[in-house]
Amino acid sequence: MQEWIRFLDVNAPRILQLTIEHAMLVGLAIIVALIIGVPLGIYLTTNEYLAGTVLQVASITLTIPSIALFGVMIPVFSMINQGIGFVPAFVALVLYSQLPIIRNTYTAIKNVSPEMRDAAVGVGMKTYQRLLRVEIPNALPVIMAGIRTAVVLNIGIGVIAAYIGAGGLGVLITQGISRGDNYLIISGSLAVAFLAMIADGILLLIQKRYTPKGIAN
Amino acid sequence: MNTKKLIGNIVRYGLYALVIIFFIWAIQNQYFNNIFSQSSTFIVLLTQHIQLVLVSSILAVAISVPAGIIITRQRFRRAEWLVSNTVNFGQTIPSLAVLALMISILGIGFKTAVFALFIYSLLPIYRNTVAGIDSIDEDLIDAAKGMGMKPSQILFRIELPNAAYSILAGIRTAVVLNIGTAALAYVVGGGGLGVWIFTGIQLFDNGYLISGAVPVTLMAIMADYILRGVEHIVVPKGTRRSQSAET
Amino acid sequence: MITFDHTTKTYEGGVTAVNNVDFTVEEGSIVVLLGPSGCGKTTLLRMVNRLESITDGRIIIDGQNSMELNQIELRRKIGYVIQSNGLFPNMTIEENVMIVPDLLGWSKKEKRDRFHTLMELIGLNPKEYRKRYPHELSGGQQQRIGVVRALAADPPVMLMDEPFGALDPIIREKIQEEFLQIQREVKKTILFVSHDIDEAIKMADKIVLLRGGEIMQFDTPSEMLAHPKNDFVVQFFGKDRAIRSLSLHTVKDLQDNIGLVDFDETIHDTKTININQDLRNTLSMLMNQEADQVIVTDNNDHKLGAVTIDLVQKYLHFEIKGKPAASQKG
Repeated sequence: MQEWIRFLDVNAPRILQLTIEHAMLVGLAIIVALIIGVPLGIYLTTNEYLAGTVLQVASITLTIPSIALFGVMIPVFSMINQGIGFVPAFVALVLYSQLPIIRNTYTAIKNVSPEMRDAAVGVGMKTYQRLLRVEIPNALPVIMAGIRTAVVLNIGIGVIAAYIGAGGLGVLITQGISRGDNYLIISGSLAVAFLAMIADGILLLIQKRYTPKGIAN
Repeated sequence: MNTKKLIGNIVRYGLYALVIIFFIWAIQNQYFNNIFSQSSTFIVLLTQHIQLVLVSSILAVAISVPAGIIITRQRFRRAEWLVSNTVNFGQTIPSLAVLALMISILGIGFKTAVFALFIYSLLPIYRNTVAGIDSIDEDLIDAAKGMGMKPSQILFRIELPNAAYSILAGIRTAVVLNIGTAALAYVVGGGGLGVWIFTGIQLFDNGYLISGAVPVTLMAIMADYILRGVEHIVVPKGTRRSQSAET
Repeated sequence: MITFDHTTKTYEGGVTAVNNVDFTVEEGSIVVLLGPSGCGKTTLLRMVNRLESITDGRIIIDGQNSMELNQIELRRKIGYVIQSNGLFPNMTIEENVMIVPDLLGWSKKEKRDRFHTLMELIGLNPKEYRKRYPHELSGGQQQRIGVVRALAADPPVMLMDEPFGALDPIIREKIQEEFLQIQREVKKTILFVSHDIDEAIKMADKIVLLRGGEIMQFDTPSEMLAHPKNDFVVQFFGKDRAIRSLSLHTVKDLQDNIGLVDFDETIHDTKTININQDLRNTLSMLMNQEADQVIVTDNNDHKLGAVTIDLVQKYLHFEIKGKPAASQKG
């Protein structure tokens, strides 16, 4: 226990700084992923043909192991001198987030009942009104579930990004491994675990806050 | 309608083209050469990788499926939330950390890597087994009991067949995840194709990177494809459901 | 035969679901457990095949105390049908129907033959449905399969827990008829749970009306309608119980007791009705047409006479007020 206190005394500021770095990387990637994924998911509900292709590709992307994706990205991004560091990590996280976000948005909007849609059209809503007032509110819990999946997934994958110099909490773990220092490894992993749980918790609160009462169960 | 089809086609063939361009580029730069020039090493690493995945996955299935079955029995139900929460917390611990922490317990080497991969695969299989059994309509179990089925008959004839879709999806998730995590086995001296990927990162050598990363990627995609095929064969026809949004 | 002997069920918290219940389901008859939700009817049914335990008293099935029988063997000898049909989605229709025979170790040939017989009983082509899965069938078909599955091993006793409750009214009525038809052939001893008064009147040889786990009245439907024992029974069957009781009687009963009137050929658009139809249907036909008579025909379409609203009313008076009604069920 005393060892731990001494360790934290020295390393707490660094752990905090790396946690923030980690959260920034993941947060930024998720925001970009949302900007791409949600509109795409909504559009796909109107184009079955494209939906098949996009969902399939997104699902294959998710099966690619993260370290292998980084491995492929380094040579590709080297061509623009961004082989290691923030850029490949960021791009990889955006890619990995696409499947849960697109698929859940697509499925949720698809599952809005035709009667509800008819009623919306019947009372004279325009397409964008129908989308904003009926379809998205009713699809929100499922879309949020997709975002939560993506965030928790990305926080985990972000650890591997330390190997390509993108910083974050993975740094503690990789250093711990090379120095044989379990304190570093354990503090790093616990920080990751807590970050994931806190992020998930916050998103769950947001989800509950903005889910229309009528469909909350 | 036709523009939609056109957009769909452009995206589809655009993606095909991207993949083909990537392979042409990699081949032109001789990034795959290590696979042929050091073919014996490649075979060793590939074999190690497959062994890591197979051994750990088989062990994980052997433990998690029975564990999921036991916890869903009436008399253990009460322990379910405890086990589920522990297991959920466990999953937020990064795979890299699980590997690293095993070093201090088991030292360095193949066994350590297998053990870590095994631990990490337990969760998705366990969780899907429990979810699959829980999702069975209680009326079915009631009907089965009412017709005079023994608990073992209910398990093997009703519960497992109806949960098969979910259980196999869990196994598939675990195996695909495992293939990727096995690429990290390098850090605990467990071998596998990760050796080339990490060498590539450290030496900034694109040849090692591509020769390691592309086979691992293909392995994961193939495993996913094959296991989906297995699901199609094994899962009883009447219970096949469309893909759900979650997972 | 099923005999309930001071049967009682008390839950751990001290709530009594079934209290000191005594009645007998005679061989080959249908007894309907009727009552508002929470009256203990389903619990009572489930005590028979021991899906619910018995706190006190006994249930005797064909002379044997149910508690002294092996639970698994007991259940295999009792057909069980539930509202949500309980068909196993992972099994084909044939596997579903043949599950109890399979558990009992019948041979392939025996099972195949039995499957054919049963499917013909409910008018579904065995070859066509054999390899299908439950989700490919309509609700009505699924429920029919649920019923024949319970009949598969030819159990002497059947338990049916609101078996037709989830079906829409038109299909429900059709399946009820069909089931009564089957029952006339197979003569099972049946305990049947329902919350639908009309269904109970139609299906039951005798009704057990329950409230709070206790029997309010145990009688034939006509007796219960004509002579309700207490206020609860009166309230439960409602003010229109006289009209409800009409569904227990056929035009033939009317003819036998008070006779038909001559029909008037000159009235146009007069509808005809078969002599075996019940009087409730006849009455609603009379109410929904302009002509004030319905022509009665026998099975060979010979015109026998006519029924009028006055005549039905006269019969009602005669039947309910004039003499104690006997069970009219065929």
